[in-house]
Amino acid sequence: MRGFWGKALAIAWKDILAEARTKDMVLSMLVFSILVIIVFNFAFESSAEQTAQVAPGVLWVTFTFAGVLGMNRSFVQEKDRGCLEGLMLCPLDRGVIYTGKMLGNFIFMLLVEVIVLPVFSILFNLPLFAPRLVLITVLATLAFSTAGTLFAAIAVNTRARDFMLPILFIPVVVPVIIAAVQASGLALAPGPGEGYWSWLQLIVVFVVIFLAVSFLVFEYVLEE
Amino acid sequence: MEKGLTVRDRFGGASLLTGLNLAMMVAALYLALLWAPTEAEQGNVQRIFYFHVPLAWVSFLAFFVVFVGSLIYLWRRSRWWDALAHASAEIGVVFTTLVLVTGSIWARPIWGVWWTWDPRLTTTTIMWLIYLAYLLVRSYATESSQGARFAAVLGIVGFIDVPLVALAIVWWRTLHPGPIIPQGGVDPSMLFVLFFSLATFTLFYVLLMMGRVRLRLAQDRLEELKYQRMQGD
Repeated sequence: MRGFWGKALAIAWKDILAEARTKDMVLSMLVFSILVIIVFNFAFESSAEQTAQVAPGVLWVTFTFAGVLGMNRSFVQEKDRGCLEGLMLCPLDRGVIYTGKMLGNFIFMLLVEVIVLPVFSILFNLPLFAPRLVLITVLATLAFSTAGTLFAAIAVNTRARDFMLPILFIPVVVPVIIAAVQASGLALAPGPGEGYWSWLQLIVVFVVIFLAVSFLVFEYVLEE
Repeated sequence: MEKGLTVRDRFGGASLLTGLNLAMMVAALYLALLWAPTEAEQGNVQRIFYFHVPLAWVSFLAFFVVFVGSLIYLWRRSRWWDALAHASAEIGVVFTTLVLVTGSIWARPIWGVWWTWDPRLTTTTIMWLIYLAYLLVRSYATESSQGARFAAVLGIVGFIDVPLVALAIVWWRTLHPGPIIPQGGVDPSMLFVLFFSLATFTLFYVLLMMGRVRLRLAQDRLEELKYQRMQGD
């Protein structure tokens, strides 16, 4: 028998395999992200300095909405083909299912970001390969996945599954959005960027709390 | 439990408290609008605070009750706790709306704007959105027990999230200082009116809760009876 992580990784691997064959989620998130960035470009037709100011905001609005889109897909797929019932019938703790789905979502979002960041960097003419920006992106994405997976599992079981996720997800991840935008701004700005680590800590706290709480309440989300 | 609701059931226990609360409401209006001294710098506009602060207090109390009700509901699965959390969330959302409205009315003459991204204002707005989502997820659930579970999860997660929201927003706003509320000593009679108003609104909340929980349980009972009737036919 596999241990906790073995099982969770098996679920994540199942998602990765399915995704590798359809490429539904990553492709739609990717195209959507690029569209959002292009729309923003029309919204703020701006000089180089202004671009540097709005760039972190544009980046995180893009990732937030792309994340909502992708994480919703991750459960819609399960639901539509009756896979969710199958998954629930497996002799698995609900916490394992949560962790597996969360890891899958995390990986898909990272994959999208790995492609979007360079595109963004070229289109906005900004040096985005600061290690500190990469760090904050990875952590904030993890935070999005922890809360997003929990709410996606709820949203998919409601009658209004397409618009329920953003309504549930966005207000709750406000701390992450603020921290990610601020920390990205500090990472991109020249100078020591004081306060960067406090924002990072805030995201870590969010991740820890949401992992723990989601882990405990997930059995009430997937029931019957 | 089996007998139908009579007029006496509905108004019996609460009638005395309702009468008392009504009297307190009138008294609070008199105290806040006429009796309390006019604030030196802000003038009469400041009087809205005798309603604004109690409304805000009741909102927080209501959302705390949602949290407790949600926890116990998931643990015990008793419909009563779910009804309690649901009723409290509804009242909390209404009161938070009023907090935002009364705050805006005050801000217009004092800060010169209807709205500003002040930390407390922003936090309250996000909190309001979280509990709106709580009510929405309930109404979009496919069945009531599922809605109760989903709502309970949000009732717990949301309550834990609010301090983080507040922290993030405070840090964010300290980078751009916002308007400052005038500080100074508070007249004891003003404090008295404030506390009186707090007591009035808290009792009002309790009364609303009693009514709403009872109504929810009656609705559930009605659904049950309808279902039994259908099975019988």
